[in-house]
Amino acid sequence: MIVTKNITKTFGKLKALNDISVSFNKGECIALLGPNGCGKTTLIKSILGMVVPDKGSIEFNGRSINREWLYRSQVGYMPQIGRYPENMTIANVIEMMKDFRKDSKVHLDEDLIQSFDLGALMNKKMHTLSGGTRQKVSACLAFLFNPDVLILDEPTAGLDPVSSEKLKDKIILEKEKGKLILITSHVLSELDDLITEVFYMQDGRLMFYKKLSELKADTGEEKLSKAIAKIMVA
Amino acid sequence: MKKILKYVIVDIIQNKIVLIYTFLLLLISLSVFNLESNAAKGLLSLLNIILILVPLISIIFSTIYIYNSSEFIELLVSQPVKRKSIWLSLFGGLAASLSLAFFIGAGIPILMYHGDATGITMILTGLFLTVIFVSIAMLAASITRDKAKGIGLSILLWLYFSLIFDALVLFFLFQFQDYPLESAMVFFSFLNPIDLGRVQILLQMDISALMGYTGAIFREFFGNQVGVALSFFGLSIWIAIPLFISLKKFSRKDL
Repeated sequence: MIVTKNITKTFGKLKALNDISVSFNKGECIALLGPNGCGKTTLIKSILGMVVPDKGSIEFNGRSINREWLYRSQVGYMPQIGRYPENMTIANVIEMMKDFRKDSKVHLDEDLIQSFDLGALMNKKMHTLSGGTRQKVSACLAFLFNPDVLILDEPTAGLDPVSSEKLKDKIILEKEKGKLILITSHVLSELDDLITEVFYMQDGRLMFYKKLSELKADTGEEKLSKAIAKIMVA
Repeated sequence: MKKILKYVIVDIIQNKIVLIYTFLLLLISLSVFNLESNAAKGLLSLLNIILILVPLISIIFSTIYIYNSSEFIELLVSQPVKRKSIWLSLFGGLAASLSLAFFIGAGIPILMYHGDATGITMILTGLFLTVIFVSIAMLAASITRDKAKGIGLSILLWLYFSLIFDALVLFFLFQFQDYPLESAMVFFSFLNPIDLGRVQILLQMDISALMGYTGAIFREFFGNQVGVALSFFGLSIWIAIPLFISLKKFSRKDL
C-alpha cells in the first residue's frame, strides 16, 4: 500500500533518513521504534508529503505521491504535537476539517468524540485546552473520516490512563477492519497487544523490519520491551 | 481553493486590524481633503501619505499574518488539499481584504473629492501597491522559518523601497552627472514599484515640470498610452515574480 524507495533526507548536517526502502501493506499494524531523533517522525511526514525527501520516491497504492494530494483523503494523521489555529473552537476545527474532506462521501466515525466526552468542550477555544485534550482532538480528527491508513505519532503521550485505554481499544477495532496502521511510541508495554510488525530505526537507518512473532522468537523474549532492550544493548 | 479562501477571509475580518486600518485611511483622506482648500493639493498630500502608509501596513500585516497562520498551514498540509491552493488562498485573502480596506478608506473619498482620471489612477496605484507588498511579504515569509527574521526582513524591504532606493539613485545621479542619464532613470523607476506609482501619478497631475528635464523624458515615456500600459505591466510583474518565487519555495518547504 505504501512503498518507499531509497528515501534520503538531510537537515543541514544531520541525516534524518538514510536510504530507507520499505513497503507497508494493508492489514498490518506497524510499530515504528527507535531512539529519539532517529527519523521516525521525518519518515511519517515524508509519507504525508509534509517533508520533501532529497532523494528517492514514495508510492501510495502504486502511484508516486510527488505533487499528489488526493491520496491524503485516505490517510488519517495524528501528529505528535497537534497545532491548531488558536482562536478557533474545537467545533470550528472539526467543522473545518469536515468542510475540506466532506466530498469523500465516507461515513463519519464520531466514536472517539463520544467516548472522550468532547461534546461538552466543543465551544472551548484551542488555546485554552490542556495538552491531553488537544491530543484527544488530534485523535478524533485522525479517525473521523474512516481512512484506510492511520498514522499515529505518539498517540498516547499526554493522555490519562482511561483515555489511553479507550484509544487503544479503538486502534484494535480499526486494525481488525483490515486497515494499515503506523504507530510510533516509546511506551513499548502498551504496544504488545496492538502491533503485528516492528520497524526499528537508528540514526536515520532501517535496522530491521520483521513480524512481532519473529522478533520474539529471535530474541527468546515474551515481551516487546524486553526484546527491544536486548537488541539495543547488543 | 474557495473553501480555504473563505476561512482566511473570515479570519482576517475577525482580526479587526484591517478594520482599524480602513478607518485610519478614511480619517486621513477625509481630513486631508477638508483641510486643503484645493482638492488637487489635497490629492498630492494624500499621495505622499499613501505611498508611505499603504506599503508599510500591507507588508508588515501580511508577514505577521502568514507567520501566525503556521498552525493553520500545518493542519492543512496533512489533509487532502493542494499546497498551491493553501498558499494562493493566503495571498488571495490578504490581497482582497487589504485592497478592500484601501478602496473603502482612500478610494471612496478620492472619488468623492477628485473623481477624475488622476483620482482613478491614484486608486489603481494604491491597489497595485497593496497587492505588490502582500506579494513581497509572501516572499519574505517563505524565505525564513524564524518569525523575527522574517518580520525584520519585511521592514528592511519596506525601508529599501521607500527610502534607501531613492538615496541610491540620487547617489548614482551625482556620481555620473556628466553623462546623459535620462533613459537610465526610466529604467531605474521600474526597479521600484513605489517610484513607478509615484511617477505615474505626478505625470497625471501635470506637475512633471517640477521634475526638470528627467520629468520631460518621463512625460515622453509614460505620458502616452503605451507608457501608462507599460508601467501598469511593470507593476503587475512586481506582483507576479515575488509570488511565483514564494510559491516555488513553499511547495518544497518542510513542515
